[in-house]
Order: sequence, then C-alpha cells, then structure tokens
Amino acid sequence: MTATAGAPTWSGPAILVEGVHKAFGEVQALRGVDLAVERGHVLGLLGPNGAGKTTAVKILTTLIEPDRGRALVEGRDVVRSAAAVREIIGLAGQSTAIQEELTGRENLEIMGRLYHLDAKTRRRRSAELLERFELADAADRPTKGYSGGMQRRLDLALSLVSRPAVLFLDEPTSGLDPRSRIGMWEVIQELVSAGTTLLLTTQYLEEADELADEIVVVDRGRVIAAGTAQELKNRVGGDVIEFAVVDPHHLAQAAEAVSALSEHQPTVDAEAGRVALRVGASGSTSLVETVRRLDSLGIRTEGLAVRRPSLDDVFLALTGHGAEAGNGAGVASRRGRNVGHRV
Amino acid sequence: MSATFETLVAVSVPRPPVLGRVRSGLADVATLTKRELLIWLRNPSYIFFTFIQPVMFVLLFRYVFGGAIPVKVPGGYVSFLMPGIVAQTAAFASFGTAIALARQIQKGVIDRFRAMPMARSAVLLGRLAADTVRLVVTVLIIVGVGYAVGFRFQNGVVPAVLMVLLAVGFGVVICTVSGFVGLTIKDEESVSSFGLVWLFPLTFVSSAFVPVLSMPGWLQAFAKNQPVTTVIDEMRSLALGGPLGLHAWQSALWLAGIIAVFVPLAVRAYRRAS
Ligand SMILES: Nc1ncnc2c1ncn2[C@@H]1O[C@H](COP(=O)(O)OP(=O)(O)O)[C@@H](O)[C@H]1O
Ligand SMILES: [Mg+2]
Repeated sequence: MTATAGAPTWSGPAILVEGVHKAFGEVQALRGVDLAVERGHVLGLLGPNGAGKTTAVKILTTLIEPDRGRALVEGRDVVRSAAAVREIIGLAGQSTAIQEELTGRENLEIMGRLYHLDAKTRRRRSAELLERFELADAADRPTKGYSGGMQRRLDLALSLVSRPAVLFLDEPTSGLDPRSRIGMWEVIQELVSAGTTLLLTTQYLEEADELADEIVVVDRGRVIAAGTAQELKNRVGGDVIEFAVVDPHHLAQAAEAVSALSEHQPTVDAEAGRVALRVGASGSTSLVETVRRLDSLGIRTEGLAVRRPSLDDVFLALTGHGAEAGNGAGVASRRGRNVGHRV
Repeated sequence: MSATFETLVAVSVPRPPVLGRVRSGLADVATLTKRELLIWLRNPSYIFFTFIQPVMFVLLFRYVFGGAIPVKVPGGYVSFLMPGIVAQTAAFASFGTAIALARQIQKGVIDRFRAMPMARSAVLLGRLAADTVRLVVTVLIIVGVGYAVGFRFQNGVVPAVLMVLLAVGFGVVICTVSGFVGLTIKDEESVSSFGLVWLFPLTFVSSAFVPVLSMPGWLQAFAKNQPVTTVIDEMRSLALGGPLGLHAWQSALWLAGIIAVFVPLAVRAYRRAS
C-alpha cells in the first residue's frame, strides 16, 4: 500500500459514512445512510435495482457530492479532500470502462502512465496483472474481441494498477454467465486475502455471502439490515421450501398443511399458485415431511425444492415486501415469483 | 452508528505544490492525447469520416456538380470549391469528438478517470489536443486531394498556411460545440443519429459549394450572415486572393463568440456528466 505512505494516520474505519442523503430532482436515491468498514474487511452492499448502491459508490469515489452527511475514506473527506481520496482508491464501475479499440496491455499501460509510474514499473505491473487475471494470451489483442468475463477481469485489473488501499466494485459480476461469475469470485477472493479494503455491491445474497465479511442491505435509499451473511440468513430463517400446486383450488389447503413444519408462516403467491416456507436449517427433513403431508391430502405439486434464501427472501423477511426497485423500475421480471401476501 | 464516530475528525492531507500539479497535469494531457489518437487510428468509422468521405465529396463536387455551377474566381470551380470542402470537412470531423465523449461517458471511462488523481481538465484538454492533430491531418489530406484534381493556391505561401490554420481553428471551435452535444446527449446511438443534424444547414446553406447569390433571397439572408460563410469567404480570399480585412474580423468575432458560449457549456456538462 505505497499510496498511503507518508499520509497522516487515521485510527477510524477505512470507510465511514454518516447520515448521507442524495436526491436527483424528485428521486431520493439515499435517505440517511450510515456505513463503516474496517481496514482489510469486505463489505457487501446488497440491494435490488434502484436501491441506491451506485449512488453510494459514486459518492465514496468522489464522482458526486452528497446533499447532506459526510463520507470519509481512510479518514479523508470525499468532498473537502476529494483529491486525497482519489490518491488511495480504485474503482470498477457498473459497466466495464475499458477502451475497446485498445489492447488489454495498452489499457493497462495507459492507466500506469496516468498514475505516473515509471516505464519499467508500468510494464512489470501490466504483465503481472495480465498474468494474474488470465489475460496474458489475449494481452495484445484489441479488447473489443474479449468475452464478457475477460472484459470484467481487465476492468478489475485496471482498478488495481495503482495498488489502491481501498477498492470499490459496483456489481462486479452483473451480466456474466454462472461460470464466469465463479471465476470472478475467485479473483476477488484472492485480492481480498492480500488485505485490500473492499466495498462491493451486488443484487445476489449468494454473492455477498461468498465474498463479504459483512453485508449491509439497502432498500430505497435506506439501510434496512446489517450483519454477517449467517446473521442475515438466520433472520430470514434459513432454507426455503418452495412448490407450486397443480390445481389452484388446493392452494390454501396446501399452505395450511405445511404451516406446522415451521415457526414461520408460509408465503403464498396466489397468481403463480406457489407456496414458500422458511424452514431454518432443517431443509431436507422438512422436505420429506412436506412431501408426505401433501401426498396424504392428494395434492399434486410441481417444482418442489429446497433452496437457499435469495435476496427476495431476505427482503420478504425484513420488509414484508419483495425486492422491488425503489421507484417502480427494475426487477419486474423477478417479482412475479416471490412477491406474495402472507396467509 | 453515527454516535460512535462523532468524535472522529477527518484527516487533512496537504495538496502538492502548484508547480508540481501543473507539471503532472501536462503529462496527463500528453498521455490522454496519445490515447485518443491511438483510438482514432484503430477505429474504421473514424477513418471513414476523416478520409474517405471528404475525398468522395471532392470528387463528387469537382466532377459531377462542378460543371453546372458557374463561379467567377481565378482557376474556375475547383478553386472555388476547395476552401469550402476543407471547412466543411473540418466541421464534420467534430463528429468524432461528440461520439467519443458520449461513448466514454456511457461506458464509465470518464467516471474512472474522474475517480483518479489527475486534473479534471486533463480529459477535455487531451481530447482537444488530439482533435487538433486530427484536424491538421485531415485538412492537409483534403488540400492534397485538391491539388490532384487541379486546385492551386494562387496567393502565395503565407496566406496558404494561414488558410490551413484558419480551417483547423474553425474545426477546433466546432469541436467545442460537438463536445457539448456529446456530453449532453451522453448516448452513443442518439449522437450518431442526431448529433450532426445542426451541421447540415450550416455547411450546405453557406458559400461552401455554390455562390450565395445563386440562392433564393430568403436563403441568402441566412447564408450571408452565418459563421460558416464568413470563415469560408476568408479562407477563399487567403487561398485565391481578394479582400481580407472585413471577413477576417467577422470570422474572429464569430469564432470567439462560439468559444465564449460553448466552452463553459461543455465544461459544465462534463462536470455534471456522472
Ligand atoms: N443521475 C441520476 N439522475 C436521476 N436519477 C438518478 C440518477 N442516478 C440514480 N438515479 C436514481 O436514484 C435511484 C438509485 O439509483 P442507483 O444508485 O443507481 O441504484 P442501484 O445502483 O442500487 O441500482 C434510482 O431510482 C435511480 O433511478
Ligand atoms: Mg447500480
């Protein structure tokens, strides 16, 4: 972490956000957000589309100013000491900010020049990052021809050229297929084990669970929960059993039949004919019991399964509503399945 | 949470001295200039706009329309045409500025630069410098093509050089307008569809291709008094000989006026474009 050398020392958390508000015209993107990330820790900012994640990242990376509240990165105020903040941060935004006409190596070397690394350091650093992100073979091809996963990896590599002390990744795996996503997770985990402070945003509980020490759930510009992935899952109630009834008339009866299996109430989506039940850690036992009960009542089901809790389940448990976009737009396609009313 | 940290006072980091900042700022401008030029050379559509399209225009007007357009200048239509084509090409070259800025905003490249420790002005200055180089190359190519099809400077070397400089200066000024358009629209597709519309009336309803006096009266009123005509008339006088004074003043005033309006607008749009 050469970037911080010689700077005044700071005893507080690496990232500190207090009472930050930000509005875009009528839209209240952030409504009083508090965050703290210890040095060397990974914070996952989890929330649906429109929750305010990108706005928070933009404020912390000095791209926009908060209307109210303060935000400090390694003790440096993002408004008053913006230049000093930029010295120590790295940013990979929501879209891949690579220049497609240039090769991977050129993208990296230009970044090195802009950080005023000398020619030798620049070359070594580029080669090292290309190697580490498995881009060495494609290094001298224009990035236009890179796959989505390669572009994301290069984008991440670009944010690391200066060896930043604090790194911000805004939805680092959005748009990637499952395999590339897991590849990206491995890359990020390796990075984190080297001690970088990281704030990343995501729409997937699974991803936050995989990467973050601590998760902060945001909804419509507010923090609605914070804790480790385990703590959040406990609040959600662990595994979820989900099924659809073939005959819609059986819906209420089915919900009634399984409700005794859990301390939680089942969630019923009348439109889709679906029932979901949070069953804590007893996923497989409860699954067998569910099958037995429904079978004895002669209720036929489809797609009966145990699954890990999703962001939607977290939202349902925390707010009573699904993971809707803050202002109506956004995850419409995800809504139908999980937004239900309680019986 | 806030209560816990209320007592923490932000650290203040002294800014480096002004001289060092200026020096590193200039280095950043140079890096970004080279970067933009490299991108330009790699992009086939930019190359088309800068080289192929203007060459086609020269050939088209010289050989297809040229015979039908009577002009009273030494050397005939090709002499009349070349200053007009040079100015028109310089103006349309600003398309690259609008497209590149819109694309870089859309992709987050500008945001990434703005989150880095470099002067915020470096991005726009680097682009302006690259655009200037681009314009010099473009103008010289068109003049070269003009020479191949019979155009000759008839007024000596110094006025010829001044004509080239005026054309480049004019192109740079139009780039500030295009830069503003790109930074405001922020969407590559819309910029490619609409980002250039305003240039058509300005360059075609001017003295670029036909004498203004051949237009209907109501069009003449616009054509005579708009900046593109003023600049082209001055370029023509420089290239072929003729009165220099009046158009020189008018051109200078127009160009200064456009800069005074559009540079602040572009800078403001750049600040807000996150
Ligand atoms: N520049 C902007 N102008 C207007 N509204 C904006 C702007 N940026 C974000 N918003 C709005 O603010 C809210 C939060 O957006 P954002 O921070 O991008 O959410 P997320 O990254 O969690 O999807 C959304 O309703 C979004 O439409
Ligand atoms: Mg976002």
